[in-house]
Amino acid sequence: MDCEAASHRMYFYLDGELTVWRRWVITRHLDRCPPCAHGFDFEMELRQVIASRCRDRVPEDLKRRVADALGIADDEAR
Amino acid sequence: MADQARFAELAMPYMDALYSAALRMTRNPADAEDLVQETYLRAYRGFGGFKEGTNLKAWLYKILTNTFINTYRARKRRPEETDLDEAEDFSLYRRLGGLEAAAADRTPETEVLEAMPEAVVKDALESLPEQFRMAVLLADVEGFSYKEIAEITEVPIGTVMSRLHRGRKQLQSRLFQFATERGLLPEPATAAGP
Repeated sequence: MDCEAASHRMYFYLDGELTVWRRWVITRHLDRCPPCAHGFDFEMELRQVIASRCRDRVPEDLKRRVADALGIADDEAR
Repeated sequence: MADQARFAELAMPYMDALYSAALRMTRNPADAEDLVQETYLRAYRGFGGFKEGTNLKAWLYKILTNTFINTYRARKRRPEETDLDEAEDFSLYRRLGGLEAAAADRTPETEVLEAMPEAVVKDALESLPEQFRMAVLLADVEGFSYKEIAEITEVPIGTVMSRLHRGRKQLQSRLFQFATERGLLPEPATAAGP
């Protein structure tokens, strides 16, 4: 496994979409290659930043409207 | 009505997540609220067909996605957006200095990420053409697998992978662009010399 092959599979690796064997080969490369490990870490952190910045809270009013529409009593809605 | 109580118990906890996704899809709070309400009504009506023990979250997202495509997108006269600009190989990491920065013992690229405001991230994601936006949203925000995304959006897994790859590059390019426009980035990291 070289750096190019590792970076080629980076998304599959971070997405958890590799077989155990392929995953292991990349993990081993990252253990030995700080520059690649750094790049993978950045990508992982970017993903966490994206996910955490895209969380909105549903307005209370909408929650109530949906509960009403479904005929659910307020105290059951949460 | 055991079914009704059960539906509420199982499905209501996903409302924050569905609402967030609806906002990214419609890019408009009023439409997002309608979309979520309609999704819950449809899900409730179809709940008899849901097999308990299977993935309820994916099932709800499928209904959300279908409802969005059939109702809200149809309403807009927007031509089908499939074009991406030349971002095929954009890497935010490289652009922010990546290795040079690491070698110089600074980590500006991580600081840039931590300082990335919510509005920039949302604007960047919402600026992606729809099919790429959906793929990135479902994978990177909601954490669905390729297979689940393929089922939710009703396209082959290969298409999911290609949309994700291109969508992520494009997202990084937009993040860079928007952050630059708002003066959030340090001076070009190529100056990371001695």
